[in-house]
Amino acid sequence: MQFMLLFSRQGKLRLQKWYVPLSDKEKKKITRELVQTVLARKPKMCSFLEWRDLKIVYKRYASLYFCCAIEDQDNELITLEIIHRYVELLDKYFGSVCELDIIFNFEKAYFILDEFLLGGEVQETSKKNVLKAIEQADLLQERPEKQQADHPRMESITGNRQFRLHAYE
Amino acid sequence: MPAPVRLRELIRTIRAARTQAEERDVIQKECALIRSSFREEDNTYRCRNVAKLIYMHMLGYPAHFGQLECLKLIASQRFTDKRIGYLGAMLLLDERQDVHLLMTNCLKNDLSHSTQFVQGLALCTLGCMGSSDMCRDLAGEVEKLLKNSNSYIRKKAALAAVHVIRKVPELLEMFLPATKNLLNDKNHGVLHAAVVLVIEMCKHSPDTHAYFRKVVPQLVKSLKNLIMSGYSPEHDVSGISDPFLQVQILRLLRILGKSDDESSEQMNDILAQVATNTETSKNVGNAILYETVLTVMDIKSESGLRVLAVNILGRFLLNNDKNIRYVALTSLLKMVQTDHNAVQRHRSTIVDCLTDLDVSIKRRAMDLCFALVNGSNVRGMMKELLYFLDHCDPEFKADCASGIFLAAEKYAPNKRWHIDTIMRVLTTAGSFVRDDSVPLLILLISNANSLHAYIVQKLYQAIRVDASQQPLVQVAVWCIGEYGDLLLSGEFEDETPVQVTEDEVLDVLEQILHSNLSLLTTREYALTAIMKLSTRLQNSTNRIRKAVSIYGSSLDVELQQRAVEYSALFMRFDHMRPALLERMPLIQKSATNGPMHATVNGNVDETEEEGHLPAQEQLSQQAQVNNLLDLLGDSNINPARSVPQESKVPQTGGELLDLLGGLNLADTQPSALSGGQTQLVLDGIAPRSPQNTSSLKQDIPSIIAYDQNGLKIEFSFERSKANLNMLFITLRASNSTETDMNNFVLQAAVPKSFQLQLMSPSGSTVPAVNSGAVTQIMRVLNSQKHPLRMRLKLTYSHREAPIEVMSEVNEFPPQAWE
Repeated sequence: MQFMLLFSRQGKLRLQKWYVPLSDKEKKKITRELVQTVLARKPKMCSFLEWRDLKIVYKRYASLYFCCAIEDQDNELITLEIIHRYVELLDKYFGSVCELDIIFNFEKAYFILDEFLLGGEVQETSKKNVLKAIEQADLLQERPEKQQADHPRMESITGNRQFRLHAYE
Repeated sequence: MPAPVRLRELIRTIRAARTQAEERDVIQKECALIRSSFREEDNTYRCRNVAKLIYMHMLGYPAHFGQLECLKLIASQRFTDKRIGYLGAMLLLDERQDVHLLMTNCLKNDLSHSTQFVQGLALCTLGCMGSSDMCRDLAGEVEKLLKNSNSYIRKKAALAAVHVIRKVPELLEMFLPATKNLLNDKNHGVLHAAVVLVIEMCKHSPDTHAYFRKVVPQLVKSLKNLIMSGYSPEHDVSGISDPFLQVQILRLLRILGKSDDESSEQMNDILAQVATNTETSKNVGNAILYETVLTVMDIKSESGLRVLAVNILGRFLLNNDKNIRYVALTSLLKMVQTDHNAVQRHRSTIVDCLTDLDVSIKRRAMDLCFALVNGSNVRGMMKELLYFLDHCDPEFKADCASGIFLAAEKYAPNKRWHIDTIMRVLTTAGSFVRDDSVPLLILLISNANSLHAYIVQKLYQAIRVDASQQPLVQVAVWCIGEYGDLLLSGEFEDETPVQVTEDEVLDVLEQILHSNLSLLTTREYALTAIMKLSTRLQNSTNRIRKAVSIYGSSLDVELQQRAVEYSALFMRFDHMRPALLERMPLIQKSATNGPMHATVNGNVDETEEEGHLPAQEQLSQQAQVNNLLDLLGDSNINPARSVPQESKVPQTGGELLDLLGGLNLADTQPSALSGGQTQLVLDGIAPRSPQNTSSLKQDIPSIIAYDQNGLKIEFSFERSKANLNMLFITLRASNSTETDMNNFVLQAAVPKSFQLQLMSPSGSTVPAVNSGAVTQIMRVLNSQKHPLRMRLKLTYSHREAPIEVMSEVNEFPPQAWE
């Protein structure tokens, strides 16, 4: 995988992970281009598109688009599973994750991604192990005080309606 | 200094900003605070500040001033600092900035840290953004960690090693022994990472293929364990055990089995098992099947297995999930060359995908359909594709039409079918076909001697029904002109001939000629066709003469000129008219130049290939020219021909753009360079050519447009009487040197408010010592009466050396335009 982008239906970037060295300018250009292309696609179109010499695999979860760029040899269908696994991890971690969780706790979203993928490849195929690692690492972080999430709840991106409040710094 | 606002507080403030400007304002203020906090070397809040910068960076604001702070955080002892520091490093730094090299030492320390999570952070960062220098420095540490007792570290080290090899392939060997051991690992994460590592190694060195072929049985066993093992909650995805690992092993098997009989043999069974045992109700199972299919197709697998693989894709085509249909079509498209017959078996399913709702699937299906057309199914497939062409979205029509043309050309069972097919495309998608399809079809028709009567009748009927598809109308009009006699009298096989009268035919043509809906090119076709009918119809000469003469005063220059010339044929050269308007000689398609570049097989061997002319016009001009040349050949008049035209054509487009580029007028009509051979030829036989009769002798002083290195070009001017905006420039190129100038070609460009037409030059050699000259006429239409400017490009060879010069002409006399 060359990069992963998360963006909202409004085209706002929510998370970016690059596994290939590119200049900031190039990254911005690619992001803009892909956000536009993907948002312009109709819901009944399939989740793949050819872009430059890469394949783009994207999937929409509620208000968020998850978009991965993979190489020609890579398997589009398993990439959809990777995206789905990441969403499941976010969901488990935040408890029915919504876009605002990712906005306000973007660093957590990155930490989870970095426990799941490394250098663009899957590093842990067990959900449990990823979450265990994150929880243990979180414990190492001295937390000043617990705080309640005070942003309004949004529609859960996984359709899971159990609300769990999460706190960070 | 008070504590800075919390990260989440800042995010909230930024989100509350109602305008872009307000947001910028908030960010600028915060950045100022962060900078001053950085300056004060504040350790307590550095972490919070960098986190804020990461957020702003994601919004698109510059955050490079946080780069060094990331390094400081990494060096800190607190885990929170390190965590944010490494995150910031991965997001804000990249390997082209020298700053990141300062990290190497920290990474080295952290790789041997006592806490696995710190080690993990370092491995992750190295695996994400390590540069080649960094990889060289740290490869030894990574290799050691591959043997770590902790699986959490091993898996990360293996993937970091993948990155190291990607960056510095020659470091590959040091990882080989450890990697081989990792393939025995019980931990799925480690095994997965090891498989990825082996794949990466194989990518870089063919030697490793041989080395790892020995582990094929082991990989087969691991895969077998995965599919045979019962439910294991830890790795289960919708009833499938660790699909990520399965896919990765299948992929490695593909690489190892490729062009190796023994390993392919070893994996045949397990591939068959995966192919038959995998649950297909969910995407995840299909992901595995898809990978299996790719592996089967790539290795030296048994034929039975290959058929099984193609059948899996066939089943995919029927799946409800559009993604699965899409990958099926993509894969079938890849293998249609190698396993043509197996793919062919799913033809009807593929054809059904043409009606899919998803456009990407439709497009794939269309491509695949064209790949599947062959001599034996061409009739059936074309029926489907023509139906598709009728009903598809406009975005498909152009590609579909040209696909049909190609396939029809390759596999047409007979000429009649071929012509019918093309006519059908022109009827249904006429406005989407490429420009060259009209001459292509005309060529085809003219070569189908025995079908002329059938074709002309069919086309006549077609345009009676619908005269809006211009390419169709053009072909039809051309045919009616050419084979008008057959339209009236011809009978074709068992078909009942259409009953038409001469007047009806002329009504149709005149209607097209007069209609505002017709393109100019179409009207030109129509005028010529009417003229041709004057020798093919018995009793309509007077009517035709009248119809033609009306256009002698047409506002359109081209139509007017044609009409005037044709009228002249009726008057002074009536005895020549039948010969002049004889049927076109057979046009031979020259194999090398493609269909557009037809060579006329008459007594004058001349190619007309102004690639920049609209194709239709070209052909119609060609038609006339050839007829005229025929005649001229008979009467032993040597027509003025432009010899250099042929040689200059291939680059003309580019050169013209170059010329125009300088003037910033890239969209000037390319027809500026059209060769008006028709006119010149006629000029040759008519003592008073239409140009001369219609132009007003005014006293416009001549100018020297160019005079260098012995080449002198003189412009003399005449304004047209009929159209005061029309200026005729006669250029005369002479050569004062001792040697001839050969291959002389002059090109000209004017600003886009002008229209320029360049007639053929009188020759291509400018003879030495002023012993002769090349003359050429330019017609400039200047309807807005702008001051005239022109750019010239001259190419010729002189004393064996090719010469190319550009020149600008700005000193046109004011009388030339005012």
